[in-house]
Amino acid sequence: MSVYVGHAAEAEAFPRAAETLVADTQLRRNVRHATDVIRRKRARVVDEVPDWEALRETGHAIKQHTLAHLDRYLEEFERNCTKAGGRVHWARDADEANRIIVDLIRATGESEVIKVKTMTSDEIRLNEALEAAGITPFETDLADLIVQLGEDKPSHIVVPALHRNRMEIREIFRRKMKLEHLGDKPEDLAAAARVYLREKFLSVPVAISGANFLVAETGSVVVVESEGNGRMCVSLPRVLISLVGIEKVVPRFEDLEVFLQLLPRSATGERMNPYNSIWTGVTPGDGPREFHVVLLDNGRTNVLRDDEASETLDCIRCGACLNACPVYRQTGGHAYGSVYGGPIGAILTPQLQAMQHSQSLPYASSLCGACYEVCPVKINIPEILVHLRAKAVEQGYEPWQERAAMKAASIALASGSRLEAAQKLARAMQWPFEHDGKLEHLPGMLASWTEFRDLDAVPGQSFREWWAERG
Amino acid sequence: MRYQGNRFENGGQNVDSREAILARIREAHSQREPEYGDLPRLYRQEGDLDVQDRIALLSERLADYGCGVHRCGRDGIAAAIGAVLGQRGRTDMVASGDLPREWLPDTVRTGADLSYRELDRVGGVITRCSLAIAQTGTIVLEHDAHTPRALTLIPDYHLCVLFAEQVVELVPEAMRRMAGFAERPITTISGPSATSDIEMTRVAGVHGPRTLDVLIVK
Ligand code: SF4
Repeated sequence: MSVYVGHAAEAEAFPRAAETLVADTQLRRNVRHATDVIRRKRARVVDEVPDWEALRETGHAIKQHTLAHLDRYLEEFERNCTKAGGRVHWARDADEANRIIVDLIRATGESEVIKVKTMTSDEIRLNEALEAAGITPFETDLADLIVQLGEDKPSHIVVPALHRNRMEIREIFRRKMKLEHLGDKPEDLAAAARVYLREKFLSVPVAISGANFLVAETGSVVVVESEGNGRMCVSLPRVLISLVGIEKVVPRFEDLEVFLQLLPRSATGERMNPYNSIWTGVTPGDGPREFHVVLLDNGRTNVLRDDEASETLDCIRCGACLNACPVYRQTGGHAYGSVYGGPIGAILTPQLQAMQHSQSLPYASSLCGACYEVCPVKINIPEILVHLRAKAVEQGYEPWQERAAMKAASIALASGSRLEAAQKLARAMQWPFEHDGKLEHLPGMLASWTEFRDLDAVPGQSFREWWAERG
Repeated sequence: MRYQGNRFENGGQNVDSREAILARIREAHSQREPEYGDLPRLYRQEGDLDVQDRIALLSERLADYGCGVHRCGRDGIAAAIGAVLGQRGRTDMVASGDLPREWLPDTVRTGADLSYRELDRVGGVITRCSLAIAQTGTIVLEHDAHTPRALTLIPDYHLCVLFAEQVVELVPEAMRRMAGFAERPITTISGPSATSDIEMTRVAGVHGPRTLDVLIVK
């Protein structure tokens, strides 16, 4: 097996990577500005929905139900997709998925493919595999194009170029598209991308997409997007290959009524994103003549095995937890060393890799709970972070500060509610360094953290009082 | 190693990934979750606005996205289409194959059989839609031989004709209607092509039609 998540296995530990990135004030300003904008928009369109909590409840319940019957729903999807003329392939890990996709493209005799944003393809390093096989991938999502042309890495799961401001984007486009006089208004930059990619859309006969949802009942595939590059990729080429994690299936078509409300409002703060494409297999006379779905495991069944953390797979990749996270907002996404950054990345990346790598990620959080509050499918990220910290410790990871904190945490978790426990843990984490309600410089590995964390100690009972009470 | 369907030939050994993944899923299961029918569904499934209010809400939401919103009566469709095209200065228009000829100015051709490159050169496209969602300002297209997906995608301008009775209030109401044609390709459209990728600011006009007009017929 070769499960990997981008280059996360070789990445620097979070605190070290964060230290470098936090020093980059331009990057911090860009990330803060973009996340501020999106948080405001999200709050406005979430507040206007009177049944938001009920939608979250159902979203969570559907996902949990689906995971418990995942085998059945995947088989049902496969049956219905196949019946409609699609072909379903199963990939246990990244290498296998890459091989399947490369072989499918080779069979077409083509050497160029257009791609619509799929974080899953970054997870399996598909572009590297394609290039090694002599196939040129063209990213068509504006943010992905910025990342690809800038020879950069994605820093956000919804807006991968969120760390770049318009001036930087203009410089990249000027250089790579050879546009001397390009302006820096977002309109100019969007228009440049339109011209740059138009010919590719009209002529490249093979496309690769991800998918936001698969529907078991009908065999349908759903792609949620804004620009129209998704529509171009899924409907113009002769051959379409969709790479999809096994957790993306939902039981029934009508379940989309829940997720198509939760996702756009959480992701980009819109009532609805400009375009959704829904298709089922192959339609004679319209769209691709050959359609493949590659169902990817790549560690997802590792996550499924752990009852206390498997709800990680409920994630619909809206990015709200990143935007809300005080740590992400300071460091940006690159510090997480994974294509999945922020709170969801901190729990997903190590689990996909069976806790063999990225053990510092569960510590990349102050457990403030903001991620849980905004998560449209109610994933209890703080609780999972605590659980994964304990797991990492079991595997011998961790400096002494964290170990001391964990011991306290496990006592806290044995009693009381989840939130209380998380708060207690937050306090516990501060114990050795707290002085008059302020945190002093942390020793050792955590030293860099004091440079960028919001340093007011968690108010309320001090760790010592609490500890005494617990006896 | 050669890939053959779901199997890899690996040193003469067949490894069936499908079975391996399904087996791992089955092993993992220990939690009991409620049956599908017992899932909580306390969100709003039916709206309470009457048709006037639905149209008002839809119009507001469409305008919010930067769409043009136009209205006409049943016997004024042709005149209204002519007026909108005149306003926009659009000529060389094509239409989906199922639009009544009497709605259209004489110069409008059927676009269903045009190649991608031909579509790239037309002035715009006129279609109907299957329904619209007031809550989110969304129109829903159901594709068939008359309205293939490329037809409403490649041209830079889209004029969509919508009937008042096609407007539902909520997303769940729409999904229930869409379930009736789920085997067909479906596109939902909420405003002109846009991106939020540059500093999270919504900018209209990337790859899909950059101008969208909706004509609501009462
Ligand atoms: S964990 Fe929740 S908030 Fe974060 S990306 Fe996934 S669905 Fe969105």
